[in-house]
Amino acid sequence: MTPDASPHTPAGASLSAAEASAENEMLQQGSHPEPSTSTSAGAPSSAPSVLKRGPQVRLRQLRAFYGAAEQVKGIDLEFPANQVTAIIGPSGCGKSTMVRCINRMHEEIPGARAEGGVLLDDLDLYDSSVDLIAVRRAIGMVFQKPNPFPTMSVFDNVAAGLRLTGVRRGALEQRVESALRGAGLWEEVCGRLSEPGIGLSGGQQQRLCIARSLAVEPEVLLMDEPCSALDPIATLKIEELIAELKERITIVIVTHNMQQAARVADRTAFMLAGELVEVGQTQEIFTTPTDPRTEEYVTGKFG
Amino acid sequence: MNAGATPSRIERFAVSPRRRRTDRLARGLVLAGTVIALVPLVLVIYYLLHEGLKAWSPHFFTTDPTGNTFFKNSDIGGIRSAMLGTIEMVALASAIAVPAGIGVAVWLVEYGKQHPFAQLVRFFVDVLTGVPSIVFGLFIYIVLIIGTGSTFAGYKGSLALSLLMLPVVTRSAEVILLLIPDALRESALALGAERWKVIFRIVLPTAFSGLVTGILLAVARAAGETAPLLFTAGATNGTSSNLGQFMNSLPVQIYNDVISPTQSVVNRAWGAALTLVVLILILNLVARVVSRRSRLA
Repeated sequence: MTPDASPHTPAGASLSAAEASAENEMLQQGSHPEPSTSTSAGAPSSAPSVLKRGPQVRLRQLRAFYGAAEQVKGIDLEFPANQVTAIIGPSGCGKSTMVRCINRMHEEIPGARAEGGVLLDDLDLYDSSVDLIAVRRAIGMVFQKPNPFPTMSVFDNVAAGLRLTGVRRGALEQRVESALRGAGLWEEVCGRLSEPGIGLSGGQQQRLCIARSLAVEPEVLLMDEPCSALDPIATLKIEELIAELKERITIVIVTHNMQQAARVADRTAFMLAGELVEVGQTQEIFTTPTDPRTEEYVTGKFG
Repeated sequence: MNAGATPSRIERFAVSPRRRRTDRLARGLVLAGTVIALVPLVLVIYYLLHEGLKAWSPHFFTTDPTGNTFFKNSDIGGIRSAMLGTIEMVALASAIAVPAGIGVAVWLVEYGKQHPFAQLVRFFVDVLTGVPSIVFGLFIYIVLIIGTGSTFAGYKGSLALSLLMLPVVTRSAEVILLLIPDALRESALALGAERWKVIFRIVLPTAFSGLVTGILLAVARAAGETAPLLFTAGATNGTSSNLGQFMNSLPVQIYNDVISPTQSVVNRAWGAALTLVVLILILNLVARVVSRRSRLA
């Protein structure tokens, strides 16, 4: 396996003109909920060359429990800004649990709790003063199974996040369109915005869910095996989308598919039994891992 | 392997006579069961239509019972007050029991979950579901009539009916809400929506048609109940559309009429029974149309 990491150069270095103007469009949508700690707070939005930077996410001795069972056993891990970090590892190793701790969804499960810290730049998301609603608005999530809201049309699905978070009516149509464009779905659904969201194909539904997450303009996007229910063509579209999205947000993707990690991720972390075994540049993880367990896993000897 | 002793491929793949017989027998039994169950159903509808339509006339729906039932040719009156009473009392009872019941179900599913108190609530709701309806009437009678030294009134009947409806609404709503996949709640929560918004904007709309079905069951049950109304709302001659006074209702009217020695009064009971069934049928159809429309709203 020789993963080709060359398209994933550092953020902003290889932007085409078209991408840059798309970027500009996103910036002009106004009211983006920037946390006061964000490094990009002072960036002049008028300058076309300046991109909105995603924040860096750091896990500090993160531990997650279901009742008494410790599923994530003290992980220190860094997700660099505007990069795609893939989490790989066998089923039940705690990948999803760890990711769900980042936007504090883990604690929604009865009996579940997390310890340690998750830092968004330098803000501790587990600090008692932090509003978890604000955390989830800043950190979007895409789930394994596409799950559009069944009572809503395509438009309403994308608008749902905005309406649920209290965006006023005026800007709605524009933001729905740009979210759908951002998810690469606009061309396919622009004529059927009022049809039910669950009438789309599986791949379109997943991109609809991505659009729904993007509409609230998160700074970080967590993707929990977003392609595991999709066919290769739909998967390819989502992977292309990930490559575009990382120009403006930080992405964490959990995947069972190691080829996918190799294709989309700048960095890859390998987890085993709730512990972080190794993390590094994707190419290094797949070609010259330092830990023998990583090597066994990525070469298919177990897992 | 001996080719002569083994059965040919055709034989090995043929359905055995024994399985064929068993299949016919099982199908026959299931069909027989269906027919047996249909017989009383068809008979009820047949007699209801046959007897009830005799009593139906414009006069029947626009007049109140007169109380003159002793002479063969006197005007006994119709069921207007009973229809009004049933509609009003059931409407008020629904207005109390539906929000309360759905509220309890939402709390159980979205907040209480497996908490000991939630389990206790579930236990009591189950117990209430099994309480005979006359006990609710008795409770209201003791508390609001004996207890306050006052008389029968429509709203007291409504309260008795709402007690009866509450566990039915709660239980059916809880089952429906549990069917809503957690993935929907999670994806809404992950968008940064507050929990109450997730409940009102995602969970309840998604569950809407199921909730309507459960509510209808409760409404139909309440509309057909005699026992809780007998000594809470009572019965009266003449019109009464005031929930603060004695109030007629279709089931109580039927109960009073059917024991009469006068044939025309018994006929009125049939007419009232058919009216009750038709009212519930109309309610069902309306609710079905409403919930179908709303599915894509």
